Amino acid sequence: MTSRPASEKTPEFASILYLDGVSVSFDGFKALNSLSLVIEPGEMRAIIGPNGAGKTTMMDVITGKTRPDEGEVFFKGNIDLTKHDEAYIANLGIGRKFQKPTVFESQTVFNNLELSLKGDKGIMTTLFAALGDADVARIMEVLEIIRLSERANWLAGNLSHGQKQWLEIGMLLMQDPDLLLVDEPVAGMTDAETEQTSDLLRKISENHSVVVVEHDMEFIRALDTKVTVLHEGSVLAEGSLDVVQNNQRVIDVYLGR
Amino acid sequence: MDFSSTKKGPFVSLVTGLPGGGKTFLGILLVAALLVPLSNLLVPESSFFHVPTYMVSLLGKYLSFALLALSVDLIWGYCGILSLGHGAFFALGGYAMGMYLMRQIGDRGVYGNPDLPDFMVFLNWTELPWYWTGFDMFPVAMTMVILVPGILAFIFGWFAFRARVTGVYLSIITQAMTYALMLAFFRNDMGFGGNNGLTDFKEILGFDLQSDGTRLGLFVCSVIALAFGYLISSFITQSKLGRVLIAIRDAESRTRFSGYRVEYYKLFVFVVSAVLAGIAGALYVPQVGIINPSEFSPAQSIEVVIWVAVGGRGTLWGAVLGAMLVNWGKSYFTGALPEAWLYMLGGLFVFTTLFLPKGIVGTSAIWIEKIKNRQTGPASTIPAYVKEE
Amino acid sequence: MRIILKSFLAALAILFMTQAVAVSADLTEASQGLLAKGYKDKTAAVEAVAATGDARSVIILEALLGGKLFIQKSDNVLVIGVKAEGGYKTVNAITGTEIGLTPKSDVKKVRINNKMRGLIKGQLGGLTLLSDDPALRMKAANAVFISRPKEMMAPMQSALASETDPTVVPAMTRALAALELRHGATMADKQAALEILSDLHDPQVKSLLSGELSSLRALQNPTGPEKELIIAVQAGLTKIDEKLDFLNIIENIFQGISLGSVLLLAAIGLAITFGVMGVINMAHGEMVMIGAYTTYVVQELCRNFAPGFLDYALIAAVPLAFIVSGLCGVGIERSVIRYLYGRPLETLLATWGISLILQQFVRTIFGPTNKEVSSPEWLSGTWEVTGGLALTYNRIAIILFAAAVLLMLVLILKKTAFGLQMRAVTQNRQMAASMGIRTGWVDAMTFGLGSGVAGMAGVALSQIDNVSPNLGQAYIIDSFMVVVFGGVGNLWGTLVGALSLGITNKFLEPYTGAVLAKILVLVAIILFIQKRPRGLFALKGRAVES
Repeated sequence: MTSRPASEKTPEFASILYLDGVSVSFDGFKALNSLSLVIEPGEMRAIIGPNGAGKTTMMDVITGKTRPDEGEVFFKGNIDLTKHDEAYIANLGIGRKFQKPTVFESQTVFNNLELSLKGDKGIMTTLFAALGDADVARIMEVLEIIRLSERANWLAGNLSHGQKQWLEIGMLLMQDPDLLLVDEPVAGMTDAETEQTSDLLRKISENHSVVVVEHDMEFIRALDTKVTVLHEGSVLAEGSLDVVQNNQRVIDVYLGR
Repeated sequence: MDFSSTKKGPFVSLVTGLPGGGKTFLGILLVAALLVPLSNLLVPESSFFHVPTYMVSLLGKYLSFALLALSVDLIWGYCGILSLGHGAFFALGGYAMGMYLMRQIGDRGVYGNPDLPDFMVFLNWTELPWYWTGFDMFPVAMTMVILVPGILAFIFGWFAFRARVTGVYLSIITQAMTYALMLAFFRNDMGFGGNNGLTDFKEILGFDLQSDGTRLGLFVCSVIALAFGYLISSFITQSKLGRVLIAIRDAESRTRFSGYRVEYYKLFVFVVSAVLAGIAGALYVPQVGIINPSEFSPAQSIEVVIWVAVGGRGTLWGAVLGAMLVNWGKSYFTGALPEAWLYMLGGLFVFTTLFLPKGIVGTSAIWIEKIKNRQTGPASTIPAYVKEE
Repeated sequence: MRIILKSFLAALAILFMTQAVAVSADLTEASQGLLAKGYKDKTAAVEAVAATGDARSVIILEALLGGKLFIQKSDNVLVIGVKAEGGYKTVNAITGTEIGLTPKSDVKKVRINNKMRGLIKGQLGGLTLLSDDPALRMKAANAVFISRPKEMMAPMQSALASETDPTVVPAMTRALAALELRHGATMADKQAALEILSDLHDPQVKSLLSGELSSLRALQNPTGPEKELIIAVQAGLTKIDEKLDFLNIIENIFQGISLGSVLLLAAIGLAITFGVMGVINMAHGEMVMIGAYTTYVVQELCRNFAPGFLDYALIAAVPLAFIVSGLCGVGIERSVIRYLYGRPLETLLATWGISLILQQFVRTIFGPTNKEVSSPEWLSGTWEVTGGLALTYNRIAIILFAAAVLLMLVLILKKTAFGLQMRAVTQNRQMAASMGIRTGWVDAMTFGLGSGVAGMAGVALSQIDNVSPNLGQAYIIDSFMVVVFGGVGNLWGTLVGALSLGITNKFLEPYTGAVLAKILVLVAIILFIQKRPRGLFALKGRAVES
């Protein structure tokens, strides 16, 4: 039923994601205030900002969960994301990891990945779906990447917090999206796990565009990438972590209040 | 290595249903389908093993309830949609069958009118309303048994699921739906017999409804329908689609962000479930001999939910078991201790939600797992499938 | 009040009798014609009797009309007879003195024809117009309004001139206008009468005017002024219709607000348990039912031990019902619901079970039949606002009661420490707990408050509905509809929801009937929820989603 839009990797777009003047308000509270942001194809971008800066709302807007009151959101140059819903946008090639790790807890790790497999997500296809060898191979490959090969038949609910984070990232990889939106991937992780996660994300960013939202400055530093600071729903500063950290306005926002 | 077994989800069935439970269940059904008629026909009445005809009809009624419970389990246990209005689909299927049976009465009614059912003559109607057309033909009526609940479920679900009405809100509006239908069917103007509903049936497909043979036939039909419903539900829940349904139940927005159109999946399973409920209603009516608007009452629909909860939602044969047990209890206690039955039913609701959240089947599965763990160590932390390289 | 009135009437009656004896000579003379055979004489006699203005004349004429006036052959005296064993029990028609039993052979009925019948009716109307009892004068005026005999014009004019009772004057004015319209000497008179009539708004004037209109239209060759009159009558009719429509709307709104208040009372407790706590309490209806039974018990206790207070039992029942239902609610919360927070569907099932148990419990104690809760004196009766608009006191009381309950709840939520704690626990349980709020206690109290309010609703419902174990079931779905429609977690939403559902229902009813109206409202809500899944006054934003 769902026609999957073509999402071949064609890097000639000027931008993979383009937000211009996006505003969202809830009962008078402006969650996003004329936010503009451009992500280049193949780029990894870290987004930081205090609580309530609008990070999650921004992701909601990009993935079709929240409609902006005004502003433009384009994917790959000309696909207007404000016109589509979550499932359609997911099939366009945008994957999203939630702030709180969200996996299918009563199903096995293997099945979690299987459900996220790229392909036709229509009802009849799903009803009569059978796993091909290529699919199994792909799942094994991702299991390897997210270091859960040994846990393939565990129920996802029995994984540790960090493993659930990885499983969710793995599910994103199964979708093979062009753009990954990753919300707080290292929250609740040990230092070792955090390090492994930054390795994982760097590896992923080699052939995907990635947007990472995180509070952990060490982690951001390890990612070694361009940083955007959000504050009260709009961009406060942009640049390398060092530049941003020395920006007086950023210091005021984080410390001054 | 072989992962084809994961398609059947061995781990899933271990947690939410006993392994092989489905096959055992079908076996029991088959045996019942053979034994009950045999014992009714061949074993002498004086024998302990004789199943009297009234018992055959009673069992047939339980089977139709079991099918209804199965349909509720399919959406609640697997997809997390708690419908408090499934009695409406059951009743609509029942009314479609009832209309056929009404037309079969012909001129044997009290007023002897060959074209109009008694209640219409009583209301001084002169001709059959248009929506009764064709119900004298069995195939048409059976088509309606499937179409009417299916279409209502489609329309209702189309609006509700697209608008993302979920959780208790959905439960409340399904309840409102069946309540509205109940009020409507109580009206004489609707042309479905008002308060009294449809009754005084004579025969089905030319067979006398009172005869032992017909009652046995209806019983066997109920067994077949339940087995058929079980197989369909089983096929759906064991498929990848079944896993998508569970995914929707556990994490709806994750499913959406994984690219599944949740509303269509819900709509699909809701319609399938409504059709099964309609078939159950159509089997219920000839065996009970009456259909009236009280079948639409919200209380009836909630009772169905407790059958499923008692048996164990998310396990198909748990739903069947729950329906059988609770209804057997109801028949027994409303006869033996009529005052106490409502206390017991009420207590059952409270007890099940507090102490048996997974129902009899789910809870016993957990116990069995625990016993196994004592022997082999904690299964939840050791993969059931050990990876081979 | 009633006693005073009765003694006053008795005094009047005595006055009448003495008067009757004084003028009976006149009456005897006037009534002589009735002894004659010819209708002409009798007709003249009827007019003469009426002209005496004697109070006795009314009795005579009524007897004549009813076929109870006889001539006693033996002494040629008019008597009024009532059939009895062995003949007639008779009284002298003129003096009113009792004669006793007269054999059948000794009496002869005074016969009348149709023409006389009409005359007598008119004359009777005229006579009672001058009666000393304002109620009788009112009745007479209204009778004249209906029959409109030409002869009544003069008596009506004089009666109106001497009328002092402010309640009778409008009736007489109306009747006179009706007479003028039909029998008025000039077109100007008719027009003036029409003016008066068009300013009134009651269904009777409407039917009078439409009757007049059709008889005017039936005229073969209407003259110019008659044509004008037709147009004027039409205009008058339109004017009355507009007024009646307006009154109808007012009446519908009142009925709607009344139904809305009932819904509000039933739903407002639910708005707390469902809206504030997120608990689906299917036993909410039973809390209402228990409140109603508390009212019944209080009433019976009063009846047996303090009959003097029976009229005030209802007032005493309000706090008691709150306490009884509230305690039930606290019990339910502590024993069942607290284990089910965060699992709304399970709560729904468990509370449904509780509702079955409570229903059966009440059935076991009080029996399955309806219990009678009587309305106190001060709640019975109606308030006649204006012609064609009457509001019953118990409905008005329910509206006021609902408003008071709503106000009380708003104050508790907004102004008390408990309300603050309640909102804190709703918004962030952990944070509230770490601030030292006993969250378990707040949960229990909140649930108790919601249930207690339901109990108070039960007191009100006992006045308009049957008190039976099924009372709660009848309201539970409507209550959920109100809360869901209004928007969860918002008392004002519940108010608007209840009133709009009530008013919509009452406006639909005249066209569709009560049941279909209810079905349509249900369907409308189901469709509405598709558009606004969170209700009319829903909160938007991220916090709601989680």
